[in-house]
Amino acid sequence: MLAADRATAGHGARFRPLLWLALLGLIAILVSLALGSVSLTPREMLATLIGEGSSLHHTLVWELRLPRALAAFGTGALLALAGALMQVLLRNPLADPYVLGLSGGASVAALLAMLAGVGTALVSASAFVGALVSTLIVFALAHGSGSWTPARLLLTGIVMASGWGAIITFLLAVSPVEQLPGMLYWLMGDMAYAGSPWPVLCVALLSMVVLVPLGRTLNVLARGGLQAAALGVAVRPLEWTLYLAASLATAMAVTTAGSVGFVGLMVPHMLRLRLGADQRLILPASLLAGGALLTLADTLARSLIAPQQLPVGVITALIGVPSFLYLLHRSRG
Amino acid sequence: MRLHCDALQVDIPGRAPSQPLSLTVEPGSRWGVLGPNGAGKTTLLHTLAGLRPAAAGQVVLGERPLAAWRRRQAAQHLGLVFQERHDDFPATVLETALIGRHPFLHAWQNESAEDAARAHQALDQLGIDHLAERPLATLSGGERQRVSIATVLTQSPDIWLVDEPTNHLDLHHQVEVMGLLDHQARSGRAVVMCLHDLNLAARWCDHLLLLYPDGTACWGPRDDILVTSTLERLYRQPLMTAEIDGVPVFLPRVTAPSSSSLSSSSPSTFSRGKPHDAT
Repeated sequence: MLAADRATAGHGARFRPLLWLALLGLIAILVSLALGSVSLTPREMLATLIGEGSSLHHTLVWELRLPRALAAFGTGALLALAGALMQVLLRNPLADPYVLGLSGGASVAALLAMLAGVGTALVSASAFVGALVSTLIVFALAHGSGSWTPARLLLTGIVMASGWGAIITFLLAVSPVEQLPGMLYWLMGDMAYAGSPWPVLCVALLSMVVLVPLGRTLNVLARGGLQAAALGVAVRPLEWTLYLAASLATAMAVTTAGSVGFVGLMVPHMLRLRLGADQRLILPASLLAGGALLTLADTLARSLIAPQQLPVGVITALIGVPSFLYLLHRSRG
Repeated sequence: MRLHCDALQVDIPGRAPSQPLSLTVEPGSRWGVLGPNGAGKTTLLHTLAGLRPAAAGQVVLGERPLAAWRRRQAAQHLGLVFQERHDDFPATVLETALIGRHPFLHAWQNESAEDAARAHQALDQLGIDHLAERPLATLSGGERQRVSIATVLTQSPDIWLVDEPTNHLDLHHQVEVMGLLDHQARSGRAVVMCLHDLNLAARWCDHLLLLYPDGTACWGPRDDILVTSTLERLYRQPLMTAEIDGVPVFLPRVTAPSSSSLSSSSPSTFSRGKPHDAT
């Protein structure tokens, strides 16, 4: 399809990929409900969904798997969205949600909470605080004596991230051996800690409402801050909005599932290779595709070697790396 | 619509305030801004576009100071072709031309068929409509330059601010682009362009503004400004002149290395060759 048609054919053909991605997301959730240490046949699934079937299946689907699938969907959606936003903010297609050191701050805070032996809820809460503290430090430092540029923000973030990395290594080195597996799972990203799915889903929905109207403006911003300003974009407030939205989305995701890698970098990038760079399409598409990807990855993580569970970050990397390299190789761009 | 500088002083970090500029760019006029590297041509253009605050004085767009305009409203009248560009982020040629319509659309609005037609027409005028679907990253420097001009043509502003319109362009495309800007002026728009080529200025501009490295400036109708001795002082470079088809042509007079008697400061601060903005 020509971009000319895409730009002018109104809402039909242009946004059709979103329908397919929504369908993919729905299938991912259904698969996630059916598969696991006890797998359901399609007939059993149908029975359970319409309120019949055994009570074991009922508990399994409605109380265990559905909240976790929705939490995975919301987390993946937020990570992919945050990645897409960071890539526009920094005008760098290689940025990811963690590039500014946000996951490092969250990880250090979460590991400290684990060392202190507090419960899951407090680990999540301190991860959230750590993420926000890291965001503020990076932004304040990059702001410096007035002007901040994407390059300066990126550099500050990368240096902060390596600082956090050193502290994480230090914490792992001094932690008691019996706590290490839990810590490593958290660092790789693990849906087992996810509580209620509603916070991530609500933030995902809210970001959509705030950000989709900005799509065309983001296309202009992608051509550079001065170019955008010359075309009437209020660049500074827009960049603040992007930074805050991406940070909040990442903080919510990290709080729910630990630092799941690759989703935020790969999903927007793969979508751009297939769908072009129009942010009006890429932002909602990232949300849907990121959600579907993490839901499927989590299903695999808990069923591949069931009853043993893998950290979901391992699966996203194992699926993501080869498919990303394949797409990149084929695009020759 | 006219653009007026009211005792405008451009803010160049680390330099004494420049001489106040008081001049009016009338509709239909073609201003050339000349000066050696680092004299502040680009900074002046960005100040005229409202992208940088002035050190003193003000820019007046139409009847109101530029600072009093809403940015989006001002962008409907002022277009800027940048010299440097940021192409790390992917986009197609058509998408890039279409951002010129941004100031005219509301947040929820998508580009209409008419906007797309304008963009195609602009690309066609620059001879690159066949590249409409190509990613920017695959273009040559000259093709990319023509996309930038097509973007402002799609924007269709009353006042064109153009930073080095002929960058990366071969001779044929230089003439095409200068002809296009000339046509814009003839249809009642105003053009202000930074140029590093004296001969393009002599050929295509009707007013000139000379910016000296020490912050002084002089401006006026072309024939008053285009005096060999003035230009030699501007570039600290001896010149030869000739006249071809009634248009003056200037060439650098290459002399022995020690002869830069016109230079008041260290010779290392300027290049003795053809004035050329490396980009």
